[in-house]
Amino acid sequence: MNKNQRNADYLIYVENQSPKSGWFVSLFRAFIMGGTICCFGQMISDVLKSFYPTMNLLTVGAWVNIVVISLTIFLTAFGVFDVLAKYGGAGTFIPISGFANSIASCAIEYKKEGLVFGVGAKMFYVAGPVLVNGVAYSMLVGIIYFVVSLF
Amino acid sequence: MVSNLLMYLKVFFVGGVICSIAELILIKTKITPARILVLFLMIGAVLGGFNLWNYVVEWAGAGATLPIIGFGNSLAKGAIEGATSGGFFGALGGGLMATSAGISVSIGLSYLVCLFSSSKTKKF
Amino acid sequence: MKKQGKQTYVLSSGVSIVAAHTLVGTKEKHGPLANYFKDYFTDDTFGQPTFEKAEREMLLTTITEMLKKNKINIDDIDIYIGGDILNQLVTTNYVAEQLQIPFIGAYSACSSVTESIALASALIDGNFCGKILCSACSHFSTAERQYRFPLEFGNQRQAYSQWTVTGAGCMLLSKEDSACPKVTKICFGKVVDYGVLDLANMGAAMAPAAADTLHTFFIDTNTTPTDYDLIATGDLGKLGSDIFRDLLAKDGINLGNNYIDCGHMIFNEDEQCMQGGSGAGCSASVFSGYIYTKLKEKKFKKVLLLATGALMSTTTNQQGDSIPAISHLIMVEA
Repeated sequence: MNKNQRNADYLIYVENQSPKSGWFVSLFRAFIMGGTICCFGQMISDVLKSFYPTMNLLTVGAWVNIVVISLTIFLTAFGVFDVLAKYGGAGTFIPISGFANSIASCAIEYKKEGLVFGVGAKMFYVAGPVLVNGVAYSMLVGIIYFVVSLF
Repeated sequence: MVSNLLMYLKVFFVGGVICSIAELILIKTKITPARILVLFLMIGAVLGGFNLWNYVVEWAGAGATLPIIGFGNSLAKGAIEGATSGGFFGALGGGLMATSAGISVSIGLSYLVCLFSSSKTKKF
Repeated sequence: MKKQGKQTYVLSSGVSIVAAHTLVGTKEKHGPLANYFKDYFTDDTFGQPTFEKAEREMLLTTITEMLKKNKINIDDIDIYIGGDILNQLVTTNYVAEQLQIPFIGAYSACSSVTESIALASALIDGNFCGKILCSACSHFSTAERQYRFPLEFGNQRQAYSQWTVTGAGCMLLSKEDSACPKVTKICFGKVVDYGVLDLANMGAAMAPAAADTLHTFFIDTNTTPTDYDLIATGDLGKLGSDIFRDLLAKDGINLGNNYIDCGHMIFNEDEQCMQGGSGAGCSASVFSGYIYTKLKEKKFKKVLLLATGALMSTTTNQQGDSIPAISHLIMVEA
């Protein structure tokens, strides 16, 4: 039996043997956690709107992001966020809190390698792909829109 | 009051469903969290580029803006706005401009907290 | 020492393991083997500013404690052979600098403990050395930093993942003929790669290597599993050991109740370590804590230890290469 065939058979066998996470429970937890975080954001936005009725929607949205991000970073610093994330899974990393946690956790972890090559260079170890891709897509959208609007 | 409660239900539902879809992909495939984030970001940018995600934002508020799709949407919409108001350079920088506050706070505050906080071993 | 079969070496008179000592973290101390882990520490930073320094301090403490308890002078030891799972073996290297005796670094990831013992036994049996110090260690937090994500990063662990053991084990091997447990046979393993790509599924990647080594050993020595009181694999975890049993069953070797896996038995089921423990410290601490004690009490007469190591790096993994694995075997008799 050749090696590729052996490996392919083995991987199928391993896949069948490996225990799966209970998907219904995980899905439910992600739903609850994601929903809760979004409702919390909505609450901040409602509070802001009641105090400053004239504030435009974009600014409100930015404030909501800032509050959620700040809160996440403090929870990460006190070592609470990873416990929440273990419960919530995608429910915590898909909202903007996941982005903030990935930056803060890297900064805290790699500060031992110094502020320049530790914090400075490795802060985006996990969040980097999101930022790089995000900026690239946005440039692409902008350029396409600009070119199309010329005609 | 009733309309307010309904709004929160919508927010909860949309936010929850987006996260559940991500969780489902996470469980059923071997795609890593970082790749799922990038995938959702791309979806957001495409939906934002065609001005479609706006409808969801109007309907579900923070339920649509807080998930990473909303981030992609802001990036794309920022670029479009930049292109209309600032021409070519607006198109290049508009996306970052629209999301700059969030990104800056993430970086600045992370820098700040890392000065006094240390990582602790996971308990479980 | 003479060669038997393809990969096995029979030591001429046996090499005594005259002392062994282990030091583990709190989580391991709360596991099923608590009675065998006499020494443990509660602060897993060991009062050090970084986890890497903490791991070094843990290993150094383990070694000095063993020397102190058995009244051995460090200068009587000819060579120090040891390994850990960090890049460039930093932990062991820095500790060797502290000890100031000749040093050989042995890297085979989590199989370092059996590799060290096997090499040491060969050197002693060939009358090159009198006393050799062996060690292996791992620390959850340093492994997490190097192989996975930052500690405060919120991620979920897969149901088939394992938990790196925080612990160190060291043994002193000597030529002197004492009543201590003796290494009598050693078997060096081949690198085996069955194409597993998933870093979280170490058990599946390493099981074929262990099965290969054990199968070869049985053919070389013409023995069967029932000839031994205990057959212990290093850190395959629950899933990995099930696969290991299956692979051997396909070759017609059926493992009975005398088979255990160090990784599977080190943690309680309810501690959310999923499939169990992993890391070089896993097999090292279980061997020098549990198995060595039982051998000394003559509860076990003949023991096979196959520590298993996954030999990838994060770079090769990101470049899409599968995980090669190795397993070295030692046979210890009471």
